[in-house]
Amino acid sequence: MKQQLENIRTQALAELAAAATPADLEELRVKWLGKKGELTAVLKMMGKLTAEERPVMGQLANAVRAEIEQTLEARKTAIHSAVLEAKLASEAVDVTIPGNAVTLGHQHPMNMVLDQIKEIFVGLGYQVVDGPEVELASYNFTRLNIEEGHPSRDRSDTFYFTDDDSVLLRTQTSPMQIRFMENNKPPLCMLAPGRVFRKDEADATHSPMFHQIEGLVVDEHITMGDLKGALVAIMKKIYGEDSVMRFRPHHFPFTEPSCEMDMQCHKCHGTGEVDGAVCSTCHGEGWIELLGAGMVHPEVLRGCGIDPDKYSGFAFGMGLERMAMGRMRINDLRLIFDNDVRFLNQF
Amino acid sequence: MKLNRKWLHEEFVDLSHVSDKEYVETLTIFGQKVETWERMDAEIKNVKVGKVISIVRHENSDHMWVCQVDVGEEAPVQIVTGAQNVREGDLVPVALHNSWLPGSVHITKGKLRGVASNGMLCGLEELGLTLNDFPNAILDGIWILNGEDCAVGDDINLVIGNDDTVVDFEITNNRPDCYSIIGLARESAAAFGMRMKHHEPVVKGSDCGSIFDKLDVDVPATELCNRYSSRMVANVKIAPSPKWLRQRLRANGIRPINNIVDITNYVMLEYGQPMHAFDYRYVSSGKIIVREAEEGETLTTLDGNVRQLKPGMLVIADESKPIGLAGIMGGENSEILDDTTTVVFESANFNGTSIRQTALALGMRTESSGKFEKNLDPMMTVPAVQRACELVELLGAGDVLDGIIDIINYVPDTKTLPLECDKINRLLGTDISKEDMVRYLDLLEIPVDGDTIIVPSFRPDLNLMADIAEEVGRSYGYNEIATTAFKTSTQGGYSPFMLLESKAGSLCRSLGYSEIITYSFVSPAIFDQIRLPADSGLRNAMRIQNPLGEDTSIMRTVALPSMLDILSRNYAYHNKAVKLYELAKIYLPTEGETLPAEPKMLVLGTYGPDATFFTLKGELEAILTGLRMPKATYTAVKDHPSYHPGRCAMVSIDGMELGYMGQVHPLVCKNYGIDADVYCVEIDFSKLFQLRLPDPTYTPLPKYPSVSRDLSVVCDEAVTVAQAEAVITAAAGKLLRGVRLFDIYRGVGVPEGKKSMAFSLELRADDRTLTDQDSEGVMNKVLTALKEKLDAILR
Repeated sequence: MKQQLENIRTQALAELAAAATPADLEELRVKWLGKKGELTAVLKMMGKLTAEERPVMGQLANAVRAEIEQTLEARKTAIHSAVLEAKLASEAVDVTIPGNAVTLGHQHPMNMVLDQIKEIFVGLGYQVVDGPEVELASYNFTRLNIEEGHPSRDRSDTFYFTDDDSVLLRTQTSPMQIRFMENNKPPLCMLAPGRVFRKDEADATHSPMFHQIEGLVVDEHITMGDLKGALVAIMKKIYGEDSVMRFRPHHFPFTEPSCEMDMQCHKCHGTGEVDGAVCSTCHGEGWIELLGAGMVHPEVLRGCGIDPDKYSGFAFGMGLERMAMGRMRINDLRLIFDNDVRFLNQF
Repeated sequence: MKLNRKWLHEEFVDLSHVSDKEYVETLTIFGQKVETWERMDAEIKNVKVGKVISIVRHENSDHMWVCQVDVGEEAPVQIVTGAQNVREGDLVPVALHNSWLPGSVHITKGKLRGVASNGMLCGLEELGLTLNDFPNAILDGIWILNGEDCAVGDDINLVIGNDDTVVDFEITNNRPDCYSIIGLARESAAAFGMRMKHHEPVVKGSDCGSIFDKLDVDVPATELCNRYSSRMVANVKIAPSPKWLRQRLRANGIRPINNIVDITNYVMLEYGQPMHAFDYRYVSSGKIIVREAEEGETLTTLDGNVRQLKPGMLVIADESKPIGLAGIMGGENSEILDDTTTVVFESANFNGTSIRQTALALGMRTESSGKFEKNLDPMMTVPAVQRACELVELLGAGDVLDGIIDIINYVPDTKTLPLECDKINRLLGTDISKEDMVRYLDLLEIPVDGDTIIVPSFRPDLNLMADIAEEVGRSYGYNEIATTAFKTSTQGGYSPFMLLESKAGSLCRSLGYSEIITYSFVSPAIFDQIRLPADSGLRNAMRIQNPLGEDTSIMRTVALPSMLDILSRNYAYHNKAVKLYELAKIYLPTEGETLPAEPKMLVLGTYGPDATFFTLKGELEAILTGLRMPKATYTAVKDHPSYHPGRCAMVSIDGMELGYMGQVHPLVCKNYGIDADVYCVEIDFSKLFQLRLPDPTYTPLPKYPSVSRDLSVVCDEAVTVAQAEAVITAAAGKLLRGVRLFDIYRGVGVPEGKKSMAFSLELRADDRTLTDQDSEGVMNKVLTALKEKLDAILR
């Protein structure tokens, strides 16, 4: 009997080793371990053994059974993973085949730039506001210290709706300063981007409609140093920390002192020349004008019910098109309003 | 405003040691921005003064000459010329081999009919000059330099006066004083920490009598003429001006004409005070009247044009007629001529706005009107006319009569301001001492007496502390002011409306729509293009009174045409599949309001192989869901003029009409030149904003499974899905959790004029698992209702 058990073990293990498929294994399990299998047949003869032999043989039989079961399990795992590997291999794809197309739309490049700028300002505590584009002359001009008869009020420059020139298309976002100061009490921190309109024929650098971004800060003890600090920090965020900025005196009727802010041309580094030729980016000036700014004129504050002896502030305005064109290297303003999808898809 | 640096150095402040680049940079930073600058000798290179040693006839030509010219080199240069006015011994301009002339003309050696010519003898025009610049030369021939105080080998640029730099400043309109050489000299000096030299004009006078015996000036237009100063010159000898004067004019872009005219132009440049000279012969009865023009009056101005005058336009007249357009241009009828013998100089101060409006109305902006419109300093008229008379005497151009007529129609008053050092420092964020402030102001010729600033008349822009702060700040240097960081307690952010806009944009883009930006103003033709009826309220648009053109003359009241315009453009560019969106403001005139309402519209537009009504509708539904809107209702609209009558839906939420979607009417597409099916959505985004749902809260997940039941019914074609859904929803009761159409079938097995609609119903109870009986009961009720209400029968 011992011999029989040994034979079963040897043969079963050999056959299991040769099994190739899950079906083979199942067949072998029935053959060796099943109710009618070989091992069971041997065990049925246990009754004929002596009382001394029985525990010895029983132990051996159990050991053989355990060994066959373990081998069976091990083979099962091995065969299953082989089958899986074969399946996976047969399912391999060419990963370089393009994905099923999902077309995403594109944001207009100008609004892309505007969004980035707004994010920067919002992070610094500026409240973004919007206002009317059809505007009263009093907001667009008078209350910004731009008196009657000023050239910018001419019908050759400004679009009007009424005979008395009292209703117009705003020529700047600066009326938002007045509207914001009228409706809010200091401290104020406003950013007002929007459309503005001037009577210029459309060409590569002009458009009768374009966009400005207006900023206003009013609080106690705001200084020109604060204006510089704020604008330098913001412009460096937009144009890079290594940008070089400068301020020049300028004139705006609604700020005093007034200034313009320039950035050193990144292409010629302020020399105005590239390889002996006039720099095409700054047209030889070495600097690129970024924005106009200044300390809010005391009369403008007063006109909005803010005491200029107690409060001061600064305001600034910049052209969005120029910024977007500079950053995206767009060389013709008409492309912006042409909305050709071959253009839009680039952004 | 142009400035030639040589004039500055010679007369006012010597900055000749400063390079052009440094000068330009310093002035720009000081607040006088330089727009451009150029060396005057940049165009002419390697052209020298030569002396003709010999001249012989060309061997192969009967009109050309072969010259040997001494240009100061070891050997003479042989040059062939076709000019006939050159003689041996003459000094002439010689463009040598490899020289440059204005207009990028390059001269090299060559052969003329077989004879070597190593350059070119030049005439005036070849050197970019005219007879006005050098009146003793001739135009037809070589410029003979014998009288020009020059030597063999000299650079011709020195002879011409091109050894100079012309700087063009952008003058801000608060600084009328800087429209003059003196004003820019003052700024230049201060920018370099210096004070300019001033010259007080001195007129010697003559024994030719007094102006008061010859001329009477009357200024009835007191509002438009602040001051009128005048002097007279007798025994005038009209002649060219001397070279130094001509050169200064030429450098500043003014054509020299004759001594008297040149003097008026010279003084205008130097003082910024436009002047005019009348020929006394044509000032009828010796009377000058400064008055408004009368209706119907005309004046032929110096440029030969006949000007139609109107009341409001200021004229200089004699007793019978206008003889000049005040501050803009003189009249032909009193022009200085070669035989003029007695001259009246006018140095006046006119109202800037009036001059500007007249110049604008007549379309004739001149150097003079450009200056007057900035509102000049009325204190300048007398020094300017004095300077003119001084120059007359210096040039020997005539005898100045005694006396000055000076009519003053304003009250001169000396403005003072307190010097508030603390406030200035507080505004600038600086710590500048009073001594420094006083010094800065002194350099700018703004005197300070103790704590009082005496504002000079040439600085009308200085009215309050902030104005003084700017002067102090720019003198100290804007770039020297330390940058500081302020702290405010404000909370930054976007309005809820902007946030929703931003979300809508993201949703549109995620569905493949690209953003466009279109003009707010449009053509009135759009209403016909989108087939709006003549009585449509949308035709009531804000109209621009002075548009650029008809195409941009009204403010849009509807956003669809802007989208169609861009789709049309893309169609013309052969772009195959196009999906676009815009959040577009429209401008709606509002009863009782001065300003229009400016709501925003969400517009989607698409054409291409994948564009269908239901694709677009699905996308719109996705956008509305993404924006957290309540469920929208789509109602068929058959009579919207812009849309396909069978493929247009009005979109509404909670009974509020939001807009339309559908296929654009083929006739509208045709109007826009698009031969494709176009689908659009127009939704009032401002209304949508009001409808948005509050932020969601959690609903417990179902504890019991749901049952899905399908049913398919046959009904008339006219029955809509929405109707069927409504009947199903009403009949199914509260166990119904969802109903979804999954098929519409027409064809075999379904009678003509009928269709089969298949719905999937989801049933569920919150408190138990549904039994078959439960769902059977619901389905029976649904089928009964469909039969009764819609005559729809189970298929």
